[in-house]
Amino acid sequence: MLAEALGPVQQQHLLEARQMQALSFAVHIPLVCFGTAFPAMVLFTEWRHQRTGDPLLRTLARRWTRVMVALFAVGVISGTILSFEMGLLWPNFTATFGGVFGLGFAIEGFSFFMEAIFIGIYVYGWERLSPRAHLLSGIPIVVSGFTGSLMVISVNGWMNHPGGFRWVGGRAVDVQPWRALFGNSHFWHELVHMYLAGYIVTGFCVAAVYALARERGRWSRYERTALAIPLTVAALAAPVQVLVGDWAGRSVAKDQPTKLAAMEGLGKTTKGAPVHVLGWYSGGEVKYGIAIPRGLSLLARHDPNATIRGLDAVPARDRPPVNVVRIAFQTMVGIGTLMALLGVVFLFTRWRRGGLPESRWFYRAVVAAGPLSLVALIAGWVTTEVGRQPWVVYGYMRTSQAVTGAGGIPVGYATLAIVYAAVAVGVVWILTRLARAPLPEAGG
Amino acid sequence: MFLESLPMIFVLIGLVFYVVLGGADFGAGIWQALAGGGEEGERRRDIAHDAMAPVWEANHVWLIFVLTVMWTAYPVALGSIASTLAAALLIAGFGIFVRGAAYALRSATTTPREQRRIDAGFSAASVLAPFALGAAIGGIASGRVPVGNAAGDLISSWVNATSILTGALAVAFSAYLGAVYLCADSVRHFGSDQTEWFRARALASGVVAGALAIAGLIVLRADEHRLYHGLLAGDGLPAVIVSVLAGAGTLALVAARRYEPARYSGALAVAAVVAGWALAQEPLILPGLTVSQAAASHATLVAVVIAVVAGALILFPSLALLFRLTLGGHLGGHGGTASEAPSTTREVLAASAPKLGLRAAGASLLIGIAGTNVVDAAWARPIGVAGLLGFMVLGFLAARPDLDTG
Ligand code: HDD
Ligand code: HEM
Ligand code: HEM
Repeated sequence: MLAEALGPVQQQHLLEARQMQALSFAVHIPLVCFGTAFPAMVLFTEWRHQRTGDPLLRTLARRWTRVMVALFAVGVISGTILSFEMGLLWPNFTATFGGVFGLGFAIEGFSFFMEAIFIGIYVYGWERLSPRAHLLSGIPIVVSGFTGSLMVISVNGWMNHPGGFRWVGGRAVDVQPWRALFGNSHFWHELVHMYLAGYIVTGFCVAAVYALARERGRWSRYERTALAIPLTVAALAAPVQVLVGDWAGRSVAKDQPTKLAAMEGLGKTTKGAPVHVLGWYSGGEVKYGIAIPRGLSLLARHDPNATIRGLDAVPARDRPPVNVVRIAFQTMVGIGTLMALLGVVFLFTRWRRGGLPESRWFYRAVVAAGPLSLVALIAGWVTTEVGRQPWVVYGYMRTSQAVTGAGGIPVGYATLAIVYAAVAVGVVWILTRLARAPLPEAGG
Repeated sequence: MFLESLPMIFVLIGLVFYVVLGGADFGAGIWQALAGGGEEGERRRDIAHDAMAPVWEANHVWLIFVLTVMWTAYPVALGSIASTLAAALLIAGFGIFVRGAAYALRSATTTPREQRRIDAGFSAASVLAPFALGAAIGGIASGRVPVGNAAGDLISSWVNATSILTGALAVAFSAYLGAVYLCADSVRHFGSDQTEWFRARALASGVVAGALAIAGLIVLRADEHRLYHGLLAGDGLPAVIVSVLAGAGTLALVAARRYEPARYSGALAVAAVVAGWALAQEPLILPGLTVSQAAASHATLVAVVIAVVAGALILFPSLALLFRLTLGGHLGGHGGTASEAPSTTREVLAASAPKLGLRAAGASLLIGIAGTNVVDAAWARPIGVAGLLGFMVLGFLAARPDLDTG
C-alpha cells in the first residue's frame, strides 16, 4: 500500500522527526491538562466565595487565576508549534488525509477562539465586572476546554481506528468527514480517559504544592482549603480512571490487536492468555515477569478462555517496539492504581470524618503523586502513539510515508529542544515567582 | 466551482483578520523596543503591553484558523507549502513562541529591570515572526513553491527579492497598525500624555510602509512578472487602488487625530492588499495547481463550510464582547478591592445534605461500573459514562472541599 499524495521521499531523519513530534506533545499535553481542568476548579472556588462571602476563597481563586493564565499562554504557544509541525513534519499525512480528519482541527480552532476570548475576559475582568457576570464569563472557558479536547482526540481516535473514507489507489475517496471523526467507536474512551487525566494531573499537581507547604510547616486555613479542593477532584477522578482504563483496554483489544499484544508482550496467539506484571519482553515472550494465568483473556474479552491475537499475527515490519509500549503501559497502570488507592484513602477520611488525613505519609504521597501523574499521562500517550507504530494512520499510512522530504530536521529538533528547555526553566521561574508574590488581599 | 473556492475565501478572511489584529499585536511589540528609556519609555511599554494582554491569544488564533482550514480544504497545497517553506515557518513559529512565552513571563515579573529584559526578547520576536511569515507569503506569491513534498528549495523559496520585500512590508504594516491602534487606545484610557508619541510613530511608519509598497512593485516587476501584471493590469488593480486610498486616508485621519476611524481604514488598506494578491494570483494557489484542483472532496468542503459558518455564529458575538470590554476599559488591573458577596442561610440547610449525596454518589458509581466495565455493548457506554460522571460530581459536593473542618 502506498499512500503518497505528494509523491515518495527519502527521509533519513525519520527518527528525529518522530522524536521532535513526541517532544512537542510531551510539552503540550501536560500544559493543556491545566487548561482543561484548572478553570473548573477556579470557578468552583469563586462560586463558593460568592455564595459564602468567605474572602479566603476569593484570594485563592485570584491566585490560581494568575497561575492559570501563565500556563495557558505556554499551552497556546506549544499548541501552535504542534499545528506548524503537522504540516512541517508530516506534510504527506496532511496532504493525503487532511480532507478526512482536518475538520476536527478546524472546529477545534473555534474552541481555541472561545477559550482565548473568555480567558481574556475572565482574567482581566476580576475588578471590573459584576460578580455574577465574572462568574458567567468563566463558564465558556470550561466548556471550550472540553470541546477542544473532544476535537483533537477525535482526530487521534480516527488515526487509531480509521474510517469514513474508501481507499482507492493510495487515495482517500468517498470521504465522509463527520462519520470519520464522530462515528468512530474508538474515540469515546480516549476522550473520557484523557479528560479525566486532565483533572487527575491538575488536581494532584496543585495539591502537591500545598502538601509540600505543609511539610515545610505552613498549614493555615489557606493551605488546607487550597489542598482540599484539588485533592478532592483528583481523588474522585483517579479510581474512576481505572474503570475507564479497563474500557480503553477492551477497545484496543477489539480495534488494534497488535497494539494490545505489544502492551502485554504477547508473542504468540494464545487461548486463555496470561497477564504479566513487570518483566522484560525478549525472544517472543515476557521474561522475569509475574504471570497471572488467563488474566489477559479475562480482562480483554471477559472470558478466561478467549483467544488473544499475538504479535506473530502480523509480519515483523508491522509490529511496534514492544518493550517501549509495554513498559509505558505498565508504568501508567502501576501509577494509576497507586493514585486510585491514595484517592480512596482521602475520600474515606473526608466523607467519614469531614477533615483531612493527619499522617505525614499521606502528604508525602500527595507530593509524589503530582509528578507521578504527569509520568502516567505521558506514559499513556506513549502507549497509544508508539503502540500504533509503524502506522500513522492505522493500517493505511506508515509514519515513514507521512514524513517530510525537507532537510534540516536535526537542526529543527535541536532548536526546539533548546527552546523547550528554556520554556521549562521559564515556567518554573514563573510558578515560583507567583507562589512568592504577596497575596492579592489578606485572607483569614 | 463556488463551493471549491468558498473555504479559500474563509482562509483569506482569516488571513486579513490575522494581518490586522495579529499585526497590531506584533506592532505593539515593535514599539516596545523603540519606546525609549526612562520613565516615559516605561510608561509607553506598559501601554503597549496592557492594550494587548487581554486580546493577544484571541488575535493569534486567526493563524491557527488559517492553517486548519487550509489543511482540511486544500490538503495538497498545505502539504507542499509547509514542506518547502519549512525553514521560514519554523522561524515564524519560533518568534510566536517567544512572544507567548514573554507574555507568560511578564505576568510574574516584579521589577522594571526584569520587565525590560523580557520586553527586549518580546520585541525581537515581534519583528522576526511577521518577517518570516511575510517572506513565506512572498515565496508562495512568486511561484517558488511547487507541488510536492519539499519539492521547492528550502532556502531560496523564501530568501529572494520578493520574499525579503514582503517580509519587510509585513513588519512595516505591523508597526504602522500597531501605532495607529495604540494611539486610539492610549487616548481612551491611559490618559493622553503618550498619544502624541504614538501619533508621530504612526505617521512615520505609515510613510515607510507606503514607500516600501511602491518599492515592492518595482522589485516585483523585476522578479515575478505574472504577479506584477495581475496587480497592475489584471484583476488585482481595483484592490490596489482601494489600498492606496485607504492607506493615504488613514494617514490623514491620524494627522487629524481621528484615531477611531483610522483603525478601520488602516484595516481596510491591509485587507485590500490581501485581496489584491488573491485576485492577481487567482485561479492558481501554487504553480500549475488551481484552487479547484487543490480542493478536497465535496463532502469535506460541505463539512468545512458548515463548521465555519456555525463557528462564526458563536465566534463573532464573543469577539465583539471581548473587544467591547477591552476598548471600553472594562478589563485590566490586578489589584483593587474585594467585591461584596452575600452570605446565605441556605448553607446551613445544605449541611445536612451530604449523607444523602453520598448515597446517590454510590448508586451512580454502580451504574457507571455496570455501563463501562460489565455490560460489553455500545448502548451501555453513555449510561456508564454518565454514571461515572454523576459519581464524581455528587462525591465532590458531598466532600464539601471548600469547607475547612480541621
Ligand atoms: C493521569 C493519567 C492516566 C492514568 C492514571 C491512567 N491512564 Fe491510561 N492513558 C492516559 C492517561 C492515564 C492517557 C491520557 O495518556 C491515554 C493516552 C491515550 C488516551 O486516550 O489516554 C491513556 C491510554 C490508555 C490506553 C490505550 C488507549 C488507546 O490506545 O486507545 C489504555 C488501554 C489505558 N490507558 C489503560 C489504563 C489503565 C488500565 C489505567 C489504570 C490503572 C490507566 N490507563 C491509568
Ligand atoms: C496528526 C498527526 C500526527 C502524527 C503524524 C503523529 C505521529 C507521531 C509520532 C511519529 C510520534 C512519535 C512516536 C515515537 O516516538 O516513535 C508521536 C508521538 C506522540 N503522539 Fe502522535 N501523531 C499525530 C497526532 C497526534 C494526536 C492528534 C495526538 C493527540 C491528541 C498525538 C499524541 C502523541 C503523543 C502524546 C506522542 C508522544 C509520545 C512520547 O512522548 O513519546 N498524536 N506521534
Ligand atoms: C495533534 C495534536 C494537537 C494540536 C495540533 C494542538 C494544537 C493546539 C493549538 C494550536 C493550541 C493553541 C490555541 C490558541 O492559540 O489559543 C492548543 C491549545 C490547546 N490544546 Fe492542543 N493540540 C494538540 C493536542 C492536544 C491534546 C492531546 C489536547 C488534550 C486534550 C489538547 C488540548 C488543548 C487545549 C485545551 C488548549 C487550550 C490552551 C490551553 O488550555 O493551554 N491539544 N492546541
